Amino acid sequence: MTTIDATPATNKTPSPTNPRRRVYLPNTKYIPILATLTLLLIMYFTGVANYENFGQPSVVVNLFRDNAVLIVVAVGMTFVIITGGIDLSVGAVISMTTTLTATLLQAGWPPLVVLPAVLLLGSLLGMGMGAVIHYFKVEPFIATLAGLFLARGIALFINQSSIPIRDKLWKAMSEYRIVLADGVVTKITSVTAVVVVLIAAAVLAWTRFGRNVYAIGGNADSALLMGLPVGRTKIAVYTLSGFCAALGGVLFSINSTSGWALQGQGLELDAIAACVIGGVLLTGGSGYVFGSLLGVMVYGLIQTIITFQGDLNAAWTRIIVGLLLFGFIVLQRVVTRRAR
Amino acid sequence: MTIIKHRLFWPSVILVALLVVNMFTANQFITVRDGHLFGVLPDILRGSAPLLLVALGMTLVIATGGIDLSVGAVMAISGAVACLLIKDLGNQNAVGSVLLIMAVAIGASLLLGLWNGTLVAVVGIQPIIATLILMVAGRGVAQLVTDGQIINVQSSPYAAIATGHFLSVPIAFLIAIAAVVLTVLLTRRTALGLLLESVGGSPTASRLAGIRARRITIMVYVVSGGLAGLAGLIYSANIKSADSISAGNLIELDAILAVVIGGTALIGGRFSIAGTVIGAILIQALQVTVVAVGVPSKATLLFKAVIVVALCLSQSTTFRQKVFGRFKSRPAVTAEVPA
Repeated sequence: MTTIDATPATNKTPSPTNPRRRVYLPNTKYIPILATLTLLLIMYFTGVANYENFGQPSVVVNLFRDNAVLIVVAVGMTFVIITGGIDLSVGAVISMTTTLTATLLQAGWPPLVVLPAVLLLGSLLGMGMGAVIHYFKVEPFIATLAGLFLARGIALFINQSSIPIRDKLWKAMSEYRIVLADGVVTKITSVTAVVVVLIAAAVLAWTRFGRNVYAIGGNADSALLMGLPVGRTKIAVYTLSGFCAALGGVLFSINSTSGWALQGQGLELDAIAACVIGGVLLTGGSGYVFGSLLGVMVYGLIQTIITFQGDLNAAWTRIIVGLLLFGFIVLQRVVTRRAR
Repeated sequence: MTIIKHRLFWPSVILVALLVVNMFTANQFITVRDGHLFGVLPDILRGSAPLLLVALGMTLVIATGGIDLSVGAVMAISGAVACLLIKDLGNQNAVGSVLLIMAVAIGASLLLGLWNGTLVAVVGIQPIIATLILMVAGRGVAQLVTDGQIINVQSSPYAAIATGHFLSVPIAFLIAIAAVVLTVLLTRRTALGLLLESVGGSPTASRLAGIRARRITIMVYVVSGGLAGLAGLIYSANIKSADSISAGNLIELDAILAVVIGGTALIGGRFSIAGTVIGAILIQALQVTVVAVGVPSKATLLFKAVIVVALCLSQSTTFRQKVFGRFKSRPAVTAEVPA
């Protein structure tokens, strides 16, 4: 286990005043995230060296487009994991949101009512799970597992097959292209994901709420004794994760202009893995939103490399994803261990 | 009143309730036909065998504070290996060869468990991530073994481990119970259980106290892998084929649920095998009941969710106090449970 200072990232790395210090050592709490960044860059440049056109800026931009949902979900997951909890329901909340969105739009509801409604529903489900976890002392793993069954159960109950979305606003959002540079275009979904990351990072680093999140993850008892609002913060964190998952579902429905109850299966594990790769400790109290973003980038880059490789069947794709994940985690482990 | 406070009271009540429901809805609850036990109850017991085996391994892993997400993938690999080898047999009904092949498949599963254990205990990766690697890659390996096809076998000794009867009791259930009894003997009649709980409580303190924490951690993952392999054999024997996609799909969540219903805490440090057995049979009974009562297929998961929510809440002491209005002295601040 890496020992990492649980305070938020407000204080800068102390300047090396000690004359005997010969090498620059980054603040220990940034080591996991720096290790991830370094390995990510190595992976990227390996891709550039091996595949034609890998170095084009659109590859990086498309990472955000293809993984917008995972980024948003991982942001919510980061908050939950930092408090020492876990949220398994996110994939199911995505499926519930896409199904509900598609059904309501098909029924002729105005899109500007549907959008807040589904976001509210996701948040409420998250809030419910948070309340159960806090007030009834049910383990987060189990409470959110029940949430998983509930959300996917609702989705399957509404409709078991894929529902197309023909709403004008959704179509427009899906087809709208934002030109960043010549030949580099992106979609609304990726911009949303980036905005969510920036807001969440700011909230986690600079607000009282963010500080409470770290404090609870470090030691919930101490946080309570210090007079911090443990219950409120915990419930807020799961509400936030529910909101992010619902937003992820909306992005999913925009991307695919359809809703499907089996959407997002296993996405919760991808999100958790992304957080952990990004240096968020599952024991709580340590981690950054940008770390999780890097984790998602690692996942996305693995997928991109497999796409560029091109000649892999389903079986080999799974194995290569596993192997790359393995290589990455072991390397990260070695790097962080050395750095201590 | 003390029996109501027992942590297995509510799960048992729900299990009995489900069985009672089945008693009224099913045509035959339990009868003897052709010398075999027949009906819903033996069906539930037989069907619960794979989950029971997986959950048993999971209990030990969770007791040490870990988690094993790869069990479903290990099930798929073990079934794929067994079916591939049996298909190539000259005589698929040769008992000796089938047994040997089953041993090979379980051996492979033990190796996969060793891989997990090494990643967790030697390399020091967090269990959820270490086993996630095999969960992702393992299903790919299974697909590779079966070449993406579903391999059908026509081996009666192989099918017998899932559908056969011994002394009129389903063999699958006997295998599961044998594994449970063996585990109980090994953990509760030797110091092993104590060591497991000690490692789960604190690996460092255990090591300082002279316990080979690393070896114990590796061992539980190996056992979990082996039991998952056995479960995979029973699963594939039941459908007489190897399906690398759906074998053990999402069973890790059901297994963890069974373990937690049984009162084993996810933070490790204590475990209850009896609880896991009740939990696993409860989940299987739930699945059978949903069909028996005629819940429409689209509402199956919703029904399960409602039961799971009820179970979670019934197990929470705080919830019982609040609902049943037993406001005695407020409990002291208890340690929060990180997952």
